Amino acid sequence: MNKIPNRQVICETLAELARDDRDIMVLASDSRGSAAMAPFAKEFPDQFVEVGIAEQNIVGISAGLAHSGKKPFVTSPACFLSMRSIEQIKVDVAYSGTNVKLVGISGGVSYGALGMSHHSVQDIAVARAIPGLAVVLPADRHETKRMTEALVKHEGGVYVRIGRNPVEDSYESAEDGEFVLGKAVTMRDGSDVTIVAAGETVRVALDAHEALKAAGVSSRVINMHTIKPLDEEAVLRAARETGHVITVEEHSIHGGLGAAVAEVLVQRHPVPMRIVGIADEPAIAGKTSEVFEHYGISADNLKRLALELLGR
Amino acid sequence: MNNTELKAKAIQIRMDLLRMIHGAKTGHTGGSLSNTDILTALYYRIMNIDPARPKWEDRDRFIASKGHSVESLWCILADLGFFSKEELATFSQFGTRLIGHPNNKVPGIEMNTGALGHGLAISVGMALAAKRDGKAYRVFCLMGDGEQAEGSVWEAAMAGAHYGLDNLVGFVDRNRLQISGSTEEVMGLDPLDEKWAAFGWNVVSLDGNDIDALVAALERVPAAIGKPTLIMANTVKGKGISFAENIPHWHHHVPSDEELARALTELKEAAERLARLEGQVR
Repeated sequence: MNKIPNRQVICETLAELARDDRDIMVLASDSRGSAAMAPFAKEFPDQFVEVGIAEQNIVGISAGLAHSGKKPFVTSPACFLSMRSIEQIKVDVAYSGTNVKLVGISGGVSYGALGMSHHSVQDIAVARAIPGLAVVLPADRHETKRMTEALVKHEGGVYVRIGRNPVEDSYESAEDGEFVLGKAVTMRDGSDVTIVAAGETVRVALDAHEALKAAGVSSRVINMHTIKPLDEEAVLRAARETGHVITVEEHSIHGGLGAAVAEVLVQRHPVPMRIVGIADEPAIAGKTSEVFEHYGISADNLKRLALELLGR
Repeated sequence: MNNTELKAKAIQIRMDLLRMIHGAKTGHTGGSLSNTDILTALYYRIMNIDPARPKWEDRDRFIASKGHSVESLWCILADLGFFSKEELATFSQFGTRLIGHPNNKVPGIEMNTGALGHGLAISVGMALAAKRDGKAYRVFCLMGDGEQAEGSVWEAAMAGAHYGLDNLVGFVDRNRLQISGSTEEVMGLDPLDEKWAAFGWNVVSLDGNDIDALVAALERVPAAIGKPTLIMANTVKGKGISFAENIPHWHHHVPSDEELARALTELKEAAERLARLEGQVR
């Protein structure tokens, strides 16, 4: 049972790198606690900026810092960062081309019982419509570490979304695999059906792979950690080689990973497909696991859908 | 440049921008005329810049938060040699980089602006970076008065004061008109000086079309140690053209052939008066 949340991994990784790279900066909107950034703020006061509860301001200030050669990481709840400050993200980060990393914390349905104001299940749809902005959801703590290291080196605007609670591991260790922005990872190979997942749903897809194996179905699991730019080749290869595709995401069924995959397949290699995610409604209240179960983001449901697609 | 030369330059920039807007058949005429004197004082006297090195690390930065009044800025950047004056003819034409808002594909433009209420936060970030790096450059941010209704302006105002950014200067181009009419009728702003002062800024109120007053104030920056400065530049929208001054629809009115000719005549006369005055002084 993993006890380390991804936000803590980002803090520790940035702290490690910030000792040698004084341009790394972390910004918080009264969110240093929920972002697990308090240790960073304490160790690197000159590389930390508190802006108070002001999401538009945090993005604008970060763009100004980036323009002056800094490498700002904005840490703010995904629900606010992706909505309240979307115009600053569009104009000051993407359009102006500033090197700002936007880390949406407590994303998806992490704030389970707090209601739709605090859920961020439209953020991927919004972020991926903006030209020049990359969109990344790391699967677990190990990938989060590799991603953070890669993003410090990457020049350009990126929206990252992570959840609040520890996620079960999808990788063995931080050395298990590599993170290349825009390059999907085939977690399990298979020939009958492909499950494309991102973020916390990668673990669900891996569990579905095992359930399908027990039922005699060979499934491929793709970790699409970068939703934009999408690894179109991995999607097309999966469609050609397995003939059936299911996407699963902690996001509205509209405009997210499923839509991104469908945009590629519909035009270039249509195959039977299912999109699993949060229904187009204010999401039901509950713990992440309960909400996932409710909307069919579960190994059982993925197995059921795969068998249905295969006509078994 | 001395103040008289600056005044002559401001007249020339007004002529350039009117010709450019007339040629392109589009533009924000009124606001560009109101901010011309501010930009002239900054670009030809106050700011440490080098047109040959637009990304020089220690340059002073200018952010046009009221990005729609870009015409005066394009004319000044071309005049200074950031790009060629011939390119001004492409303003707002298909495929141009000289669009109707600042575009950082053009040398001399720091950031893309145009959505109101963004520039001051960006400027706070730049000024904060200078402080953290121990650098001496300053950041100048020009806002509109209609823009003051954007809440994000005040988020940035708070942060500028909180971090004691005395290397940051904000301007409000206080021409008292916005597209629908008087700022005080659209959404009352007064007492605007007091609001900025209450947010912790050092407020200097002056005639923003008076080069002498602008230069005197700007030469004192940082004017208050540990505080950002806000220059309340009381200006006249459409300044310099008798029949455009204080007329709301000149916000983006394009002068006709006849209006252009009259405006250029007026400006030429103003330049001649300035030269005569200078002759008398000498």
